[in-house]
Amino acid sequence: MNAASKPVPSHVGLQAQSPWRRVVLEFISSPTAVVGLLVLVLIMLVAVLAPWIVVQNPYDLMQLNVLDARLAPGSANMDSGYTYWLGTDGQGRDLVSAILYGLRISLWVGIGSALIAAVIGTLVGLVSAYVGGWLDALLMRLVDLLLSFPVILMALMILAWLGKGVGNVMLTLILLEWAYYARTARGQALTESRREYVDAARGQGIGPWRIVVGHILPNCLPPLIVIGALQIARAITLEATLSFLGLGVPVTEPSLGLLIANGFQYMLSNEYWISLFPGLALLITIVAINLVGDRLRDVLNPRLLR
Amino acid sequence: MSLPERNAAAMSTQAPTQTPTLEVRNLCTSFYTRAGVLPAVRDVSLRVAPGRILGLVGESGSGKSVTGFSILGLVDAPGRISGGQVLFKGRDLTQLSAAGLRELQGNRIAMIFQDPMMTLNPVLRVDTQMIEAVRAHRTVSKREARAHAGRTLALMGIPSPEERLRAYPHQLSGGMRQRVAIAIALLHAPDLIIADEPTTALDVTIQAQILSEVQKLVREQGTSLIWITHDLSVVAGLADDVAVMYAGRIVEQGSVADVLDRPQHPYTQGLIDSLPSRNKRGQRLRQIPGMAPDLLSMPTGCAFAARCSRATSVCAQEPPEREIAPGQTVRCFHPGAADAQ
Amino acid sequence: MRSESTPLIELRQVSKTFGKAADSSVQRLLQRLHVTRPRPVTHAVDKVDLRIQRGEVVGLVGESGCGKSTLGRMVAGLLPVSSGTALVDGQPRDSLTPEERHAMRLKVQMIFQDPSSSLNPRLRVDRIVGEGALLHGLTDKHGFDDYVSAQLQRAGLSPQLRQRYPHQFSGGQRQRIGIARALAVQPELLVCDESVAALDVSIQAQILNLFMDLRDELGLTYLFISHDLGVVEHLCDRVVVMYLGRVVESASVDDLFARANHPYTQALLAQIPRFDVRSTRYDAIQGEIPSPLNPPAGCHFHPRCPHATARCREEVPALREVSPNHLSACHLNDLS
Repeated sequence: MNAASKPVPSHVGLQAQSPWRRVVLEFISSPTAVVGLLVLVLIMLVAVLAPWIVVQNPYDLMQLNVLDARLAPGSANMDSGYTYWLGTDGQGRDLVSAILYGLRISLWVGIGSALIAAVIGTLVGLVSAYVGGWLDALLMRLVDLLLSFPVILMALMILAWLGKGVGNVMLTLILLEWAYYARTARGQALTESRREYVDAARGQGIGPWRIVVGHILPNCLPPLIVIGALQIARAITLEATLSFLGLGVPVTEPSLGLLIANGFQYMLSNEYWISLFPGLALLITIVAINLVGDRLRDVLNPRLLR
Repeated sequence: MSLPERNAAAMSTQAPTQTPTLEVRNLCTSFYTRAGVLPAVRDVSLRVAPGRILGLVGESGSGKSVTGFSILGLVDAPGRISGGQVLFKGRDLTQLSAAGLRELQGNRIAMIFQDPMMTLNPVLRVDTQMIEAVRAHRTVSKREARAHAGRTLALMGIPSPEERLRAYPHQLSGGMRQRVAIAIALLHAPDLIIADEPTTALDVTIQAQILSEVQKLVREQGTSLIWITHDLSVVAGLADDVAVMYAGRIVEQGSVADVLDRPQHPYTQGLIDSLPSRNKRGQRLRQIPGMAPDLLSMPTGCAFAARCSRATSVCAQEPPEREIAPGQTVRCFHPGAADAQ
Repeated sequence: MRSESTPLIELRQVSKTFGKAADSSVQRLLQRLHVTRPRPVTHAVDKVDLRIQRGEVVGLVGESGCGKSTLGRMVAGLLPVSSGTALVDGQPRDSLTPEERHAMRLKVQMIFQDPSSSLNPRLRVDRIVGEGALLHGLTDKHGFDDYVSAQLQRAGLSPQLRQRYPHQFSGGQRQRIGIARALAVQPELLVCDESVAALDVSIQAQILNLFMDLRDELGLTYLFISHDLGVVEHLCDRVVVMYLGRVVESASVDDLFARANHPYTQALLAQIPRFDVRSTRYDAIQGEIPSPLNPPAGCHFHPRCPHATARCREEVPALREVSPNHLSACHLNDLS
């Protein structure tokens, strides 16, 4: 055995350290981000488990008692005597139940649309970067076009055409959001495709699609994850805005935005809680997502990575 | 003003007793990272006399650049000078206020970086930057400052300086940019220049031109120069003295003739022996096995022991710096010429 | 069918041109919309002939912008040639079927300069090293671990490290991973593009030794691209010198270092800092390397050449034999 085949001693342990491990360690080093994450996890838990937590199904009109309408926080139920901790709304809904169900819709719409948009947008971006030429030019001009319109205006136009409904709101959000991912994925893929590991893979006779999906895509993920986190927050706010304007979800299935809108008319008669508590829930959710997203942006910064 | 005619005590044969421009005593610089304390520079002492060139040689992670930055007080957090003195003409720079340091930087002490764009601002014309640099430390009219800038460029062997003054950095080639950056460093005829690998990224023909010009200017102006590099061959031609760094310490220093021709430390010998020109053509090179230790988990004692063929049990202790010949010091328990072993 | 003298790689009058940015905004717009193509102007490589015999170690030297990296990438098949022919084992690359081209691509592997950029940071070492080999049936799922281990061992790395990620290795170890990856597809020719330039001196020697060992063990052929003449002198059998896209001189190492013919080669040799020379030389050739976008007419070197004549400014000198197997492109040789 000659010297060349003698293993070189190493100072690092044998344990594999995925590049993501560093991201996790960096992430948890920020207390605010960890608090944000915990709050977010809690919100998601109660949203998912809402049907088993709440005292009434706020969507079931049979369970609502109009006589209980607009009760102040802490009032008791006329029939079964349980307490309305956060009061009731104009239809006599328990606000705690309504908020949890509203969170369900908001999160479902926000996360669902952001994820679907991420998949579509990333795919479009990769295709655009890989194929290049006129297809790239066409797709990117379409992206420019989408991004140059005010989002609210576009959303109002699309929803006016599609009509109300949770599915339609999601479709609208996906139509508006994929462009962000597409542009980022394309830019990142172009940068990555110039790196030498791509040449090395080509030299090894690895096919183009394998290189794009197996080699380039994993390196494009960090900025896409950051955009994803912030887009979820954006989608939730946008859905709330649309519902507030009366174009989002139907009145029978109120999301947070619709709850705020419904309570809005009672603000002047000092029945603040109908709008305030759904508003607070929305605020806490958005702040938590943004805290997580900001920290992700810091730790996934490509200049710090590698 | 014209550049000082301080050619007086130039060429190499100075007595080491002359007051040094710079004397570094037991300098320690550490980086306090979340992963632990990283001792980048450990107990470094060196001196540079006027008109002399010191080559500071080492591999990546040896602490040679951090030493240069520490002398100038340019170490950023999480790094900190944790001990020792940096005496510049008798004043301890580590005790100086930020304002006091700024007064010296770019004026009496200048730095040249590997990337000239560390010095040059890409959106400003060369003359704007040079005039600003002149007037930062001297009250002269813009016209005078510009004339001085032109003269300094000419001094660096830059053809048609007037044209270069009007250019933006991106209009210049890499070699020309580095020359302009060096000219900016030379504007105030500083007493000390610290150059961190300024020719490493340049082509050999350009490097040769810059090396010979810098050497000439330093001799003429009586400037002290510390040239930080990984390239022993550059040091061999350029420097008067050489200090070899390994894992944060200077393991050997002395005159170029002594250290490069009669290396005493096994690491210095290993470095020289691994140069292709010091090996028989086509034969395996004499290599140093292994690699430099991780600064975060440094072994006790001599940091080179794990790679050293002479290492014995005594090397588990820290070897002291010993003067082995007049002006040549070594940190090793087993110094000596390679053949003696 | 292939005789002893068929070169492993042969380039005949190969050129590579790159497009230049458009001058006017209208042109730029048209190009952006893909109505027109950018005009090719930069001759990164200009009508170069290169033959590499089996078992040979050829050095390719030159300064920035001389086209040595571009030439290396064309040899490795990573860049298509703009004009001219590239032959592998005597067969023109264009005439090959896709399968043959694949096999041929594996035959020539490249070792890159920057080991941190040439290894995918998100993949484990075993996949980096073994993916190509697995794809081409050089190993199978069962033998994969053993196969990768063998390659790592050959490159001087402990096989236990194969589950790790590139960022866990030092620069020299990363370069060894790149070498293991190249060896995994059983190449005949390694194109080393400044493969030791980014490494520390003591690590450089280790990697150079590895290259020499592999040459002996596997009978590899090398195209060794470097700006470091000391390394080239030590390692290579033959040296090709390029300046601004053209070959100016080509000779055996002994010949070139003892009797350099071209003034550029002479200047290059004179200006390398040498360990045993205790002064910086003052007879440096003057001037900058001209931009490859706008190279001088005639002999590209004439503006910096101390011997330039009127002819050098107009006529491109041809590469001619000045002594057996020693080629040089200089008009001065016609005078004597």
